[in-house]
Amino acid sequence: MPLVWPLLLSSALFGIGVYGVLARRNAVLALMGVELMLNAANLNLIAFDVWFRDVLVSGQVFTLFIIALAAAEIGLGLAIVLRLFRTYGHIDVDRVGAEPPRPQPVEGSGLPARAPSWELPTVREGEPR
Amino acid sequence: MSTVEVLFLLMSVLAIGSGVLVVTTDHLVHAALWLVVTLGSLAGCYLLLTAEFVAWVQVLIYVGAVVVLLLFALMLTRAPTGPESATTTRNRPVAIFAGVVTTAVLGVVLADGFRGERIDVDGEPAGAAQPVGDAIFRHWVLGFEVVSVVLLAALVGAIVLSRRSPDDPIDESATARSGPPEGSG
Repeated sequence: MPLVWPLLLSSALFGIGVYGVLARRNAVLALMGVELMLNAANLNLIAFDVWFRDVLVSGQVFTLFIIALAAAEIGLGLAIVLRLFRTYGHIDVDRVGAEPPRPQPVEGSGLPARAPSWELPTVREGEPR
Repeated sequence: MSTVEVLFLLMSVLAIGSGVLVVTTDHLVHAALWLVVTLGSLAGCYLLLTAEFVAWVQVLIYVGAVVVLLLFALMLTRAPTGPESATTTRNRPVAIFAGVVTTAVLGVVLADGFRGERIDVDGEPAGAAQPVGDAIFRHWVLGFEVVSVVLLAALVGAIVLSRRSPDDPIDESATARSGPPEGSG
């Protein structure tokens, strides 16, 4: 098999991942783009390792490490996305930081200064999505 | 053209097609399910490249665990799951440009650098479990231990980040009591 085939496949997957990270609005979908880019790197490592027949099998071992790191990354990413959702009420990466977070509870009053409806701060009438 | 090459081309087409669907589909959940197809066909590519152990690890961890975590994230953030729930941002043309340029640069450089090289996939498999395990626990033990520490740190970090503090703006119990406005508007 020509070595170029897996390399071209991984380039295409990497480009698709770049597009996904840049174009998606939802934070979880941006994470999926990151996964595609990691898998493109993995395919490159495997292809070069099998082509080179490395004695230390370094390409495949590093692929296994990257898979473990991707699992850790997706776990942390999920935690951060959940935190983001609790703070802002949405996980739209374009609007995070452009608008203030939801009202925080008032100190000492015992009553949370919560918005009356849980969706109110995110969806306003007549606002273009 | 041998059977392995034909199968590899089919897997490549499947991976690229479903990868494009992952980043373009309108349904959030469909994107996660197309990601399963992409990762599965990449596992098939690893098998055809005779990296058997990595292929099964890919199936177990990526298709098994990572996609389930992603679906958890989609469900826990109450993301809308209907059509047009996965909208894209305004900078979509820039994103298309960046993706195409990245693919073109990487593809041209790699194809020019390794033109004519061939992978020998007919001989002894390069990635059976025994040589990979030997290499990990003989030469790469330090990396293995570091990865285990990183996994532990990520576990602790995820627990700390997702722990619900009493002064959270939204807590789930209050939402469950009052309930989200159903069908209003």
